[in-house]
Amino acid sequence: MKECKAFCGTAEQEQKLKAVIEESRSTPGCLMHILQEAQGIYGFLPIEVQKIIAEGLGISLSEVYGVVTFYSQFSLNPKGKHRISVCLGTACYVKGSDKLLEELEKQLNIKCGECTPDGLFSIDSCRCVGACGLAPVVMIDEDVYGKLTPEMVKGILDKYREEQA
Amino acid sequence: MTIQELDAIRAKKKDLIEVRRVIREQGEKLAEKTGYRKQVLVCGGTGCTSSSSMKVIAQLEESLKQLKIEDILVVKTGCFGLCALGPIMIVYPEGAFYAQVTPETVKEITEKHLVKGGEIVKDLLYQGTVTESGEIIPFAETPFYKKQMRIALRNCGVIAPEDIEEAIAAGDYQALEKVLTSMTPDDVINEMLASGLRGRGGAGFPTGRKWAFAKASVSDVKYVCCNADEGDPGAFMDRSVLEGDPHSVLEAMTIAGYAIGAHNGFIYVRAEYPVAVERLKIALKQAREYGLLGKNILDSGFDFDIEIRLGAGAFVCGEETALMRSIEGHRGEPRPRPPFPAVKGLFGKPTILNNVETWANINPIIVKGAAWFSSIGTKSSTGTKVFALGGKITNVGLVEVPMGTTLREIVEEIGGGIPNGKTFKAAQTGGPSGGCIPASHIDTPIDYDSLIAIGSMMGSGGMIILDEDTCMVDISKFYLEFTADESCGKCTPCRIGTKRLLQLLTKITEGKGESEDIQKIEELSSHMKQSSLCALGQSAPNPVLSTLQYFRDEYVEHIEKKVCKAGVCKALLTYHIIEDKCKGCTLCARQCPVKAITGTVKQPHVIDTAKCVKCGLCMAHCKFNAIERI
Repeated sequence: MKECKAFCGTAEQEQKLKAVIEESRSTPGCLMHILQEAQGIYGFLPIEVQKIIAEGLGISLSEVYGVVTFYSQFSLNPKGKHRISVCLGTACYVKGSDKLLEELEKQLNIKCGECTPDGLFSIDSCRCVGACGLAPVVMIDEDVYGKLTPEMVKGILDKYREEQA
Repeated sequence: MTIQELDAIRAKKKDLIEVRRVIREQGEKLAEKTGYRKQVLVCGGTGCTSSSSMKVIAQLEESLKQLKIEDILVVKTGCFGLCALGPIMIVYPEGAFYAQVTPETVKEITEKHLVKGGEIVKDLLYQGTVTESGEIIPFAETPFYKKQMRIALRNCGVIAPEDIEEAIAAGDYQALEKVLTSMTPDDVINEMLASGLRGRGGAGFPTGRKWAFAKASVSDVKYVCCNADEGDPGAFMDRSVLEGDPHSVLEAMTIAGYAIGAHNGFIYVRAEYPVAVERLKIALKQAREYGLLGKNILDSGFDFDIEIRLGAGAFVCGEETALMRSIEGHRGEPRPRPPFPAVKGLFGKPTILNNVETWANINPIIVKGAAWFSSIGTKSSTGTKVFALGGKITNVGLVEVPMGTTLREIVEEIGGGIPNGKTFKAAQTGGPSGGCIPASHIDTPIDYDSLIAIGSMMGSGGMIILDEDTCMVDISKFYLEFTADESCGKCTPCRIGTKRLLQLLTKITEGKGESEDIQKIEELSSHMKQSSLCALGQSAPNPVLSTLQYFRDEYVEHIEKKVCKAGVCKALLTYHIIEDKCKGCTLCARQCPVKAITGTVKQPHVIDTAKCVKCGLCMAHCKFNAIERI
């Protein structure tokens, strides 16, 4: 099992999660829904959270872990304050989104799937956000940046860095 | 709600919708009756919202308020299709098609056009609607729209999807009314069989037969499911339907429920589609409020309701048995068939599963009849198909054409050709399960059987256009990376096969290919096709096999000569400075991130190929075209 960063969930978060479990436990097939909600509450799904869910539903931890690791949307690791998502769908790829990813990795000195040590940025790749008309596309949190070139990457990152400072 | 009430809503808003469908003169007369002098439709689909159409709407409303204009209706619609030119705004009754609207230009349009007695701002229109002599033509007559026939997308970009009354006025729920009042379940199934409609998700299984099997299965509980897990990268047809006309899907699922004897439905939708999910939730809520879902629909005694289930990012969940496992809350792994879902599906009960675009075709088939539908398209592929046109093409967007339209018509006429003076190399259809159609087959009619005959497949409708700068070995490696990543790992041929194929392709693109590799690829592909459990593994080799079929030379060049003519495979490229052209300006040397370029001022420079990382920065910056890539 991959090592997770130290878990520091609050009592309030746990209470919220338990309410979600209580509310949905009678619906058949509720595990996916609960995991989605849990990820919304905690930002990721560390083993501690999975244990609460397994106990709440009366199923084994391995079953929960099996589902979590099957779907790419669920993350065992925390994400950055700003989540960068590079579209590697076909339309973006043929227009050079792989070069955007390379540039981002270089600028932030992390690999795809990782988070910067200061917790400000994390990079992931995704498959098609559906804004193919703007290819190549990078999403940062909810904002879509389209028709990008590698030269434009630094300016965009600086904008978020300035906000932070 | 009763049928009379439904008809009343339809009558009340009919003119309002009709203004958006008829041409100018008629539209102007009609507009007077609606109480709105003009209607402004702004695209609220994902493509346009990504290019800030919400800011455009906010500014438009603000400008209208400032100028005290109250007789103009602003409508947030679904996708108009021409995503490359977003945000798009259309003003009726003129049908003025404004492209790439910004908050600044929308101010100008309001002040010059939307005010009383205002005139169309020609400079801001989509220039395809302005002729050389300066005349404005309706956008429906531009090459992009002219050859299209909108059946599944009939209401996308026409109605406000968040307003059920607009959907009803545009014709949604008319089929449900007809079915519940005048058709038996068998009538419905016979109509579907007669229409010849085939599943639009990719495989092309006849929809009517699927429904007939499920009806024949005896069970107390049955289910109707909608596959909205559009995982094929570069495909966004289903998303556009959900965003632009969600009620067409709800209505169709209800009809299917009536036909097979089911009372519950599930829509399995990608969580990556937040706008679509939101519109679906609104549509479900409104349909329940209006009594078009729930108990005793339209006083017929028939009960039906639908739940939404969110996917979590797994391509394999587009496979029917995997999708059902996922709805049940498990790992989305497929299982062997038979038993087919029509016999034993979701929660072990008979289930039908159709994809969004298939559902969107049901209403017109019931309302206009199977004979009308089957007269469109070709004999074995009836109706239309929606394609998400992307890649190296001018008009990136969503197009719906009759089956049998040739690839040439789609690329050259509707798509507007290849940008930047490049040449068409191939069209990739069917995504990671499909293949490439080379330029030599550009006159192939696009239908299920013709595509399979030339080694590709219809797939769900992604169509990526590739030009001479695309390396075919690299593109098949791209798809294999995808399938290797998305393979669920349950069966060995797919789990190991995709990895090994990817290894072989990586080896070739890195210049380490050996002459027997092509044969190894073909053997392994044939094993995977024959022995994988589900369509993901069975079709994963398709991108490789079809590029091998049509672009074998490229593979051979990569292997034997270690050359990538498209200039994509980095390991096979070297950069050189042409001595005669180099002026010794030192710009390249300063740009080089690894200091591989040396030389003195005003003397030709040299690239140390051992140090060079092939980033291409020097070539991009050289003002004298003195750097070549071989």
